[in-house]
Amino acid sequence: MPEQDPKVRARNFDEVPLGFTPEMAKLEALRCIQCKNPACVDGCPVEVDIPGFIALVAEGDFIGAAKKIKSTNALPAVCGRVCPQEVQCEIQCVRGKKAEPVAIGRLERFVADFERAAGEVSIPEKPAPTGKKIAVVGSGPAGLTVAGDMVQLGHDVTMFEALHAAGGVLVYGIPEFRLPKAIVAAEVDYLKKLGVKLETSSVIGKVATVDDLFEEGYDAIFLGTGAGAPSFMKIPGENLNGIYSANEYLTRSNLMKAYRFPEYDTPIVRGKNVAVIGGGNVAMDAARTAMRLGADNVYLVYRRSRQEMPARIEEIHHAEEEGIQLNLLTTPIKYIGNDKGWVTSMECLRMELGEPDDSGRRRPVPIEGSEFTWDVDAVVVAIGSGANPLVQETTPGLDTNKWNNIVADEETGQTSREGVFAGGDIVTGAATVILAMGAGRKAARAMHEYVMSK
Amino acid sequence: MAAKILEKEQLSENVFKLVLDAPRIAKKRKAGQFIVLRIHEEGERVPLTIADADAEKGTLTIIFQTVGKSTTHLSEMNAGDELLDLVGPLGQPTHIEKIGTIACIGGGVGVAPVYPITEAMKKAGNHIISIIGARDKSLIIMEDEMKAVSDEFIVATDDGSYGFHGFVSQALEEKYLLQGKKIDLVVAIGPVPMMRAVCDTTKKYNVPTVVSLNSIMVDATGMCGACRVSVGGKTKFVCVDGPEFDGHQVDFRELIDRQRIYLDEEKECMDHYCTCKQQGKGGL
Repeated sequence: MPEQDPKVRARNFDEVPLGFTPEMAKLEALRCIQCKNPACVDGCPVEVDIPGFIALVAEGDFIGAAKKIKSTNALPAVCGRVCPQEVQCEIQCVRGKKAEPVAIGRLERFVADFERAAGEVSIPEKPAPTGKKIAVVGSGPAGLTVAGDMVQLGHDVTMFEALHAAGGVLVYGIPEFRLPKAIVAAEVDYLKKLGVKLETSSVIGKVATVDDLFEEGYDAIFLGTGAGAPSFMKIPGENLNGIYSANEYLTRSNLMKAYRFPEYDTPIVRGKNVAVIGGGNVAMDAARTAMRLGADNVYLVYRRSRQEMPARIEEIHHAEEEGIQLNLLTTPIKYIGNDKGWVTSMECLRMELGEPDDSGRRRPVPIEGSEFTWDVDAVVVAIGSGANPLVQETTPGLDTNKWNNIVADEETGQTSREGVFAGGDIVTGAATVILAMGAGRKAARAMHEYVMSK
Repeated sequence: MAAKILEKEQLSENVFKLVLDAPRIAKKRKAGQFIVLRIHEEGERVPLTIADADAEKGTLTIIFQTVGKSTTHLSEMNAGDELLDLVGPLGQPTHIEKIGTIACIGGGVGVAPVYPITEAMKKAGNHIISIIGARDKSLIIMEDEMKAVSDEFIVATDDGSYGFHGFVSQALEEKYLLQGKKIDLVVAIGPVPMMRAVCDTTKKYNVPTVVSLNSIMVDATGMCGACRVSVGGKTKFVCVDGPEFDGHQVDFRELIDRQRIYLDEEKECMDHYCTCKQQGKGGL
């Protein structure tokens, strides 16, 4: 798939991959051998009819292909961009055994974009109303999926979002160059056209509790509040000016559009020498954002080796192409600041890999006496995030685990409270968009059964 | 959700009061909580303490000082205008109980957030000593409101133009602590140097002191950590753990540094706003 030149794109916020042309899409679709028992579908958490939509692409019926995907996946333009297809559908592809697997994700993205650009986004016929009221708390990938599924079953769905824009991590977390915000807005708009009511700037747990929602007449409630609490390393100097959580850094840039300051009011520190701590997709997003904000050097600092990096290979590749410098087997132990409280340097340790730990990955062990410092004027800590506590602390009887994630049945999303379901990062801890959508799909099925049998 | 401005009043040269139509928040809010507002699409998220609310009328009162672009823009809005977004109530409410004698201290625009706490503490049966202060007489706000919920009342001005000549911390010490009068709790809200001075004073006399911090925030729901502050050596988030903390444990030095992160950008943004206004691109 054609992409923007790395040197050019490292300084702009436009999308990196340019997408297939219709000819490229058709050619790629013809590579699909239409397996009788398609393993790729088994790899998809929302069970998209992959051979079915690809056959339509091969015929040139792109709109039909988009409709086919949308019958099981409300967010194809998003999933085509941010799903880790290489470990889900594409890894199962028979063609991948001898050559490249069929580019399922790129085809999905192509048909969703084609449909949107053609202005032919079709609205399915409205189902008969069931008279049941459903509250969806959080409008990220899990919430969007639940809202889309439930409204199409005829329920009266209201989606509550704490921030001023819907989309959750899709708008505050994932940068414009990886997922243009206009696409998220279009997907949310589609749900509104289906009949979903959206209440932004509504923090459930504050303006209304779960119990308040039941009192207001909701029959079932889905909690998809995400992994919204940033983790820090709790090392000296971490509160110095210029040190951000990845959540803050990305929210400033993505949701608040700080990269367009002063046209937009929200500022962001534009460091010249920026260190990003972590090795996941969020760390890659933060590092590539720092580069686009004008850094001379962006250092990615990760305590294990390349093999253990949780980021998608494609993201690491993109980051390196754009000039991000990987500093592996390295961890910060202390930040040093000036008399005005600004970070000026960081002290690090080199690591080596020891025995495997609980995660099965080899544990990084500090090399004694390997301390060294280097100059930085901004740092982004991207080592993961925990559960946002606002709903849990105001919902009596809602069971949580030791990380304060909500305990929910894996197959149904059922929580310890009757009529309350949960899914996505708030249950699993920080994971992927598509896993949250898969959890939303299962919870929607169970919620439908629950409200209809009530 | 959008919110309409119902009333506007200028309380001093750069302090304004807005009454907003916000029934859901008005019904839920408790003393000590705050809201976040956004004026327009390009706007930042501005946290402001709730100064008052009327659950029956469904109104919310905010009082703010013009310090940068957003607050200047807000001060130029009028009754009938609409804020693009209003979210709240946020933060932990003040712990209200009958303790005994409570000194409620407000400095400058900090009188606004101290008022609902004073009112609630009075209602809970406490003996209230209010001390409000400002640089000079013209900057004193909410004098009548504070008097109405206080048993004892002192106004202090830095220049002596009205009431006690000196800082609120000095008034507290000279009029009460030095004289051995028993105070069970101090609640102090205002500029950071004022809160620090009050805490330095009350520490000497071992009087528990609660302060309400106004850190820089983005989402204000515990998601970003912009507002982190060291309290007793531990990092806390002002938006969800606060905004009130034990003043004797707060690292004020760090707080002051962190409040200055965007000084240059704030000036640039203000200049940009003024230029745009001159060019007739009002409402930017």
